[in-house]
Order: sequence, then C-alpha cells, then structure tokens
Amino acid sequence: MKITEQEVRRVAELANLALTEEEIVRMTQDMDGILEHMEKLKELDTSNVEPMSQVLYDSEETATLRADVERKPLGNADALANAPVSGQGYFKVPRVIEK
Amino acid sequence: MTIDSIRADLLGKKRSAEEIAREALKFAEAENPKTNAYLTFAPERALAAAKAVDQKIAAGEDPGPLAGVPIAVKDVILTRGVRTTCASRMLETYIPPYDATAVIRIEQAGGVIIGKTNCDEFAMGSSNENSAFGPVRNPVALDRVPGGSSGGSAAVVAQGTAVLSLGSDTGGSIRQPASFCGVTGVTPTYGRVSRYGLTAFASSLDHIGPFSRTVRDSARLLQVMAGRDEMDSTSAFAPVPDYVAALDGNIRGMKIGIPKEYFDGLASDTGNVIHAAIEELQKLGCEIREIHLPHTAYAVGCYYIICTAEASSNLARYDGVRYTRRSESAGTLQEMYRQTRDEGFGAECKRRIMLGTYVLSSGYYDAYYLKAQKVRALVAQDYAQAFEQVDAIVGPVSPFPAFKLGEKVDDPASMYLSDIYTVTGDLAGVPCMSVPAGKTPDGLPVGLQIITSHFNETAMFRIADAFERA
Repeated sequence: MKITEQEVRRVAELANLALTEEEIVRMTQDMDGILEHMEKLKELDTSNVEPMSQVLYDSEETATLRADVERKPLGNADALANAPVSGQGYFKVPRVIEK
Repeated sequence: MTIDSIRADLLGKKRSAEEIAREALKFAEAENPKTNAYLTFAPERALAAAKAVDQKIAAGEDPGPLAGVPIAVKDVILTRGVRTTCASRMLETYIPPYDATAVIRIEQAGGVIIGKTNCDEFAMGSSNENSAFGPVRNPVALDRVPGGSSGGSAAVVAQGTAVLSLGSDTGGSIRQPASFCGVTGVTPTYGRVSRYGLTAFASSLDHIGPFSRTVRDSARLLQVMAGRDEMDSTSAFAPVPDYVAALDGNIRGMKIGIPKEYFDGLASDTGNVIHAAIEELQKLGCEIREIHLPHTAYAVGCYYIICTAEASSNLARYDGVRYTRRSESAGTLQEMYRQTRDEGFGAECKRRIMLGTYVLSSGYYDAYYLKAQKVRALVAQDYAQAFEQVDAIVGPVSPFPAFKLGEKVDDPASMYLSDIYTVTGDLAGVPCMSVPAGKTPDGLPVGLQIITSHFNETAMFRIADAFERA
C-alpha cells in the first residue's frame, strides 16, 4: 500500500474536506491505485534537470506592468452578489472570536 | 451551417441575425433532451447580440468576422449575468459578475452566444460522467460518452445545435471529445488565448480553444480570441498571424513525425484509421518520418501530479464564503469550510483535491511535485528535439473510440491512463488539435491529432485543412 487510511484522514483535514468513513475507505483505494502511476517517475534520473513550473518559449516581450491608468473596479455590490450571507458591505461568516 | 454560409445569408438579406438566433435557440432547446449537452440557454443575451449585428448591417457597417454565428460556451467560462456552474453543485446558482476575455472578443466579432454547455465537474474527467447535472450522451451513439471534459461543447457541434463552441483543455479535454464526437477541436499554444474568466483548474496547463465542423471555422474562431490580454499575465505577446490565409491546401514537402510511442497499446480499430490517415498525408506530398518522444510513458503520472496539485490550490477558494453555496448544518467556521466542500464537490473533484494536497504536503513535495516539474521539462524537451527534425507530429488522440456510459466510471486509474496521447501536449504547451480522420467498423469517429511547435498554429491548421479536403 502506498497510502494508509490514517494518512488519508490527515490529508482530508489539510484539504478541509469532511469525508465520511465510507469515503475514506474508497479514497484510500483510489489514491493508492493512482499513486502507483505517479511513482513511475522515480525510474527517471532527473538530478541535472531544472524544474519546469510554467510553459516557456522564446518571446521578445515579457510580462510588463500595465499602464497606471485608473479603471472602474468591480464594485462592492457586484462582488457580494454571490455571497451566501453578506451584510453591511461584507462577507459574513460564523462567529470566530468570542466577546 | 458554417461561418461563411451564415455571412452569405446575412449580407444577402435572406435571414436576419435575430431570426438565425431564434431558430438556433428553438432547435437547441428541442434537441437537448437527447444529449443533455446544454446546461443553460441564454436567449436574452443571444438576441441582444443578434440585434446588434442586424443594426450594424442595416447601417452599412462591417458586422464582424463571426457575425450572427450561434456559439455555445463551456460552463467553466464566465458569462456576465448568465449562470456558470462548472457542472458542480458548488456553483449551481453562481451568476458571474464579469465576462471572460474570450467571450468579450467573440461578441465584439459579432458572435451570438446561445448557451452554456455541460462538462465534467470543474473540467475534471475524460467522459463527461462527472457532471453534477448528469452525463452528456454522444450524438453519434447515444449509449456512449461524448468524451470529456468538454463533452457538451463537442456534442453541440456534432449535433448541429451550435455552429461553434468553446471548450477548455488541461490534459486533452478539447481534443478527446472532438475525436469521440467526430468534430474538429483545437488546443492552441499555452498563452495564445487569455485565460481571464476561465475557472482555474490547473493554471499552468489550462487552455481555451474552439470546436467546429470545419478546420477553417476553428481557425476563424481562434483568430478572434487569440492575442495578448493584460488581464492574464501569462497571455502571449506574440503577434497573431492570419490563420485562414494559410489554408492553401498545399502541404507538399512538409516533414511529419510519427511518434513510435503513440502506437503502443493502441486499439486496432483506432490504429487502422490513423494508419490510413498517415498514408493520406503521404499522398498529399508529406514526408513521413518515425520519431521518438521517449518520456511519453511518464507523462500521465507527471500530469496527474501537477494538475491535482494546482487544482487543490485553485479549488481552495470554494469555502462557503464567496461562491453561493454554504452548508446549512455548519455551526463553526471550520465546520462551514468542511461541510460546504463535502456537500458541494463530487467524487472526482474530491479525489483530485486529496491527491493534490497529498503531493504538496510536507515530506512529499520533493518526491512528487518537484519531481513532476522536472519530468515535465523532459517531456517538453522531447518535443523541442522532435521539432528540430519535423514540421509537425501526428498520431492518435485517444487509444480507443467513445466507450459506453458507465464502462470506466469505477476505475479512475484506468480512466486517467486514457489521456496518454493528449497530456504531453499540455505539459509542453504546444498547439495540438483533433481533426476527424474516419470511423471504426462500428461507426465510431476517430480523430487524428496534429501537433506543432509553439505558436505554429498556422502549420497545424494548414495540414488539418489539406487533410480535411482530401
């Protein structure tokens, strides 16, 4: 086994997912099968290879700062329009700090 | 209908853009129960765009290169005021406050967006069975999948309920459904089309691209969308050539590479169609050479490490605060995050968030994520070396044609392996497309994949167009 149920529980906590017991069992099996394919990469010697984090190509120009021109922002009402709960121009969440 | 036939109707005053839009909406709504390819129709937006085209024509102005053309947009691409669900329960009622750059450019060119298409949830899948709103059926064979993740966008073009559509491709999500449904689908160079307004799945791999019936129409749609956008810092400055002008049918003397690695494990019915297509290219005067892409076997593992890692970060934003859904049973902040995510995400999304969190977690980062970034460099190097010898690479899109609904749904690892011929192009960021090449004895479409070097969409379109005409 590449991964245990205990590890899956820890990862679910990191990922902020509340998985049921049933989901944990299934997830462990699925992740195990997929991690096996991922392990195949260990066959390759990459000691002299630079990591590629973004697609690279020859370019005459590169990302530059845009002109510092004022532009209309999205606006408070539009930004809050999809909030499940909002009020007073803010996103509302359950109480975090006790009085 | 094609872009040209619609233009002829409009300028010849046979039909108005408004009439075309009304007919297109009526037909698409009537046909939709067969395939479930559309999730939302946008009649108000479509009619407003169509009327604008009619007004321009009446005023004697140029109505734009996509004038009056009914276009469908994958539901991971934002449309202001028109529901955009990402085929997820998480965003079931989400109404975007802004438009994607691609959408703005289409409407500026006279295009008429008629609706939003079904897909795998957050574009994660190869069969369109991961949609929270039910799978899409392949219009060619209704008991089969249309491919994924842009299954709805491929299906509407195959079904004729849109002339063009937009998809997104992260590991094959445009080319594979194009192949399965028998239409043309294009993944441009990474950065060629702005990602602004494309819901992020794996940002270093995500592309927006066109679907169409003809190569020419895909070239035209890409022409409209391509080019630098200051809202996406990864969009390219490279000038956009005239793609349609390059479609002269002449591919004599072009050097085409056939990667040996793309024929291992290929189903024979698919292989026969691909071999016949290669012979056809030879008849058209191309020089065929065997080449090697030696790291192909590592690409699926590499891809799934990088895409799940990026997905786990990108999907962290769906936490019950900003995006419509919040669990009703949550008391504390922590419960709100966890229960909202548990209720809102489907099984495949959870699987990828979990894998991504795992490969990025302390103690595993070097072994998985950093390793995958290095292997990605090797995959890109394979292409760079190949393009020193050849002008283009051709091969299959998928190891097999459209499979039956439910056939692979319980085996995620085998579903992932079916992406073997498509993920390499995304990892390297090179342009690639699927063009219909023929059918299996069972009548299932098979697409030919054509891959060229960065920003050489012109050569890719020229080969595809010459092949299509032959």
